[in-house]
Amino acid sequence: MIELKDICFESDGKQILKNINLKFDNEITVITGPNGAGKSTLAKILMGIIKPTSGSIFYNGQDITNFTITERAKMGFSFAFQQPVKFKGLRVCDILKIANAKKDVALSKYLKNVGLCSKEYMTRELSGDLSGGELKRIEIATVLARGTKVNIFDEPEAGIDLWSFNNLVKTFEDFQKEISGIFIMISHQEKMIEFANKIILLNAGKVEKIGTKDEVMPLLLNINKSCKGCGV
Amino acid sequence: MDQKELLDIVTDNAEYIGAYNIRVNGKLLERSTNDFVDIISKKDKDGIDIIVKDNTVNQTILIPVILTKGEITDKVYNDFYIGKNCDIKIIAGCGVDNCSSCTSEHDGIHSFYIGENSKVKYIERHYGHGDGAGKKILNPVTNAVLEKNSYMEMVTTQIEGVDDSKRITNATLKENASMVINEKIMTNLNQKADSEFNVNLNGENSKAKVSSRVVAKDESNQSFYSNVQGNNKCFAHVECDAIIVGNAKVSSVPKIVANCPDASLVHEATIGKIAGEQLLKLLTLGLSESEAEKEILNGFLK
Repeated sequence: MIELKDICFESDGKQILKNINLKFDNEITVITGPNGAGKSTLAKILMGIIKPTSGSIFYNGQDITNFTITERAKMGFSFAFQQPVKFKGLRVCDILKIANAKKDVALSKYLKNVGLCSKEYMTRELSGDLSGGELKRIEIATVLARGTKVNIFDEPEAGIDLWSFNNLVKTFEDFQKEISGIFIMISHQEKMIEFANKIILLNAGKVEKIGTKDEVMPLLLNINKSCKGCGV
Repeated sequence: MDQKELLDIVTDNAEYIGAYNIRVNGKLLERSTNDFVDIISKKDKDGIDIIVKDNTVNQTILIPVILTKGEITDKVYNDFYIGKNCDIKIIAGCGVDNCSSCTSEHDGIHSFYIGENSKVKYIERHYGHGDGAGKKILNPVTNAVLEKNSYMEMVTTQIEGVDDSKRITNATLKENASMVINEKIMTNLNQKADSEFNVNLNGENSKAKVSSRVVAKDESNQSFYSNVQGNNKCFAHVECDAIIVGNAKVSSVPKIVANCPDASLVHEATIGKIAGEQLLKLLTLGLSESEAEKEILNGFLK
């Protein structure tokens, strides 16, 4: 279990996250909310990419607030970035090999699971020659290849076309069945929200609601409708 | 480091089964020729003529040079005459092991005349070793004339160990000729490496692709200069990527000139440190910062 206690994060004098208290169990949790709610910041704090201004993070009872990214990765945390990183020189097979802690030989299955043909992609460079959608799928494949207990996906659906998206949901379901770990996903997609066990609605840096789809969706739609500034 | 180890590094463990010419400390050590490839010593200066007969295929020619002493300047002219319809590979390069306090220098001037419809892969590897104060200097020059429909791929590698190098590559391409150049350089300490490319695209539909990937570490200094002249309907793509580690300095000076309205020429250049997000990604995969840096640089120079 991951537990966040009173997590605050401030940047340039602006409070991005305000006293976040949350628990993540071995299930699928979707964090949703409007743009600027602090979702990605929260995901990065979980992975250690950003240090919280105050508060603590516990993993299975151990305080990991000051653990580095590498330390968390070695404990079994994985993270799929919203914007995949390009590498000149590193090939798809290179990054999958680095990711694959289990060192199983058949790396091709991870590409297959994100809808890419391994013959076509394995030796390609992770550079601008690949489209945004292809890079995004490979980014997800690196997390699948790690097969760790804690998996954090920051908007995995962004840039993925509709057909692949349906397959991606299936891939995630199968992956979670196999791992039975803590699966945290930042998402706006109704379909992702549908298959989650728990949904956390974040708004203006605060947890507004924790519940099921039926409990959270009406609130989310309400937030998106109202814009206090212009009265729309 | 012994002679054999140096030779293996320079020729990437290639087997000496076809034609070859091994030069050690300014003198011929061993030579072999066959029915397809002849190697003749020059009479007026140091060097050799390598003559490849028309229609020669599946031959690998090895031309390594080794320097194991200090206080030596070895200037050598190697001229390759490649006939028509050939498909061959040439591996050349220089290994310097200088543990003395004196400078060792090798200047290899390689000229290629590539016949019509021929295909040549030219691999040149440079390696320096030795703890002595003596400098290891390499100044390779490559001149290439590509006849109609010919193709040349040139792969050059210089990974650390060389104190000072100035590489010049001059190429002239005729009708439908193509050239691909891949250069990889890594410098560290106070090393200096300059690389200059002058490519003349004279023939209709001639093509050139130049890619230079360099890593400059510590206090080292590198400069890249390219001058591509499009004199006909042609295509060229020049790409220079440099990663800086430490206090190193890199300059990239592109020049592309279209002397014909149908010339299509592109130059791309990037210089900078290892991108922070690349390090972050590899950290999330469980690597330490130094391991991540190594993976990024190794991949970049692969």
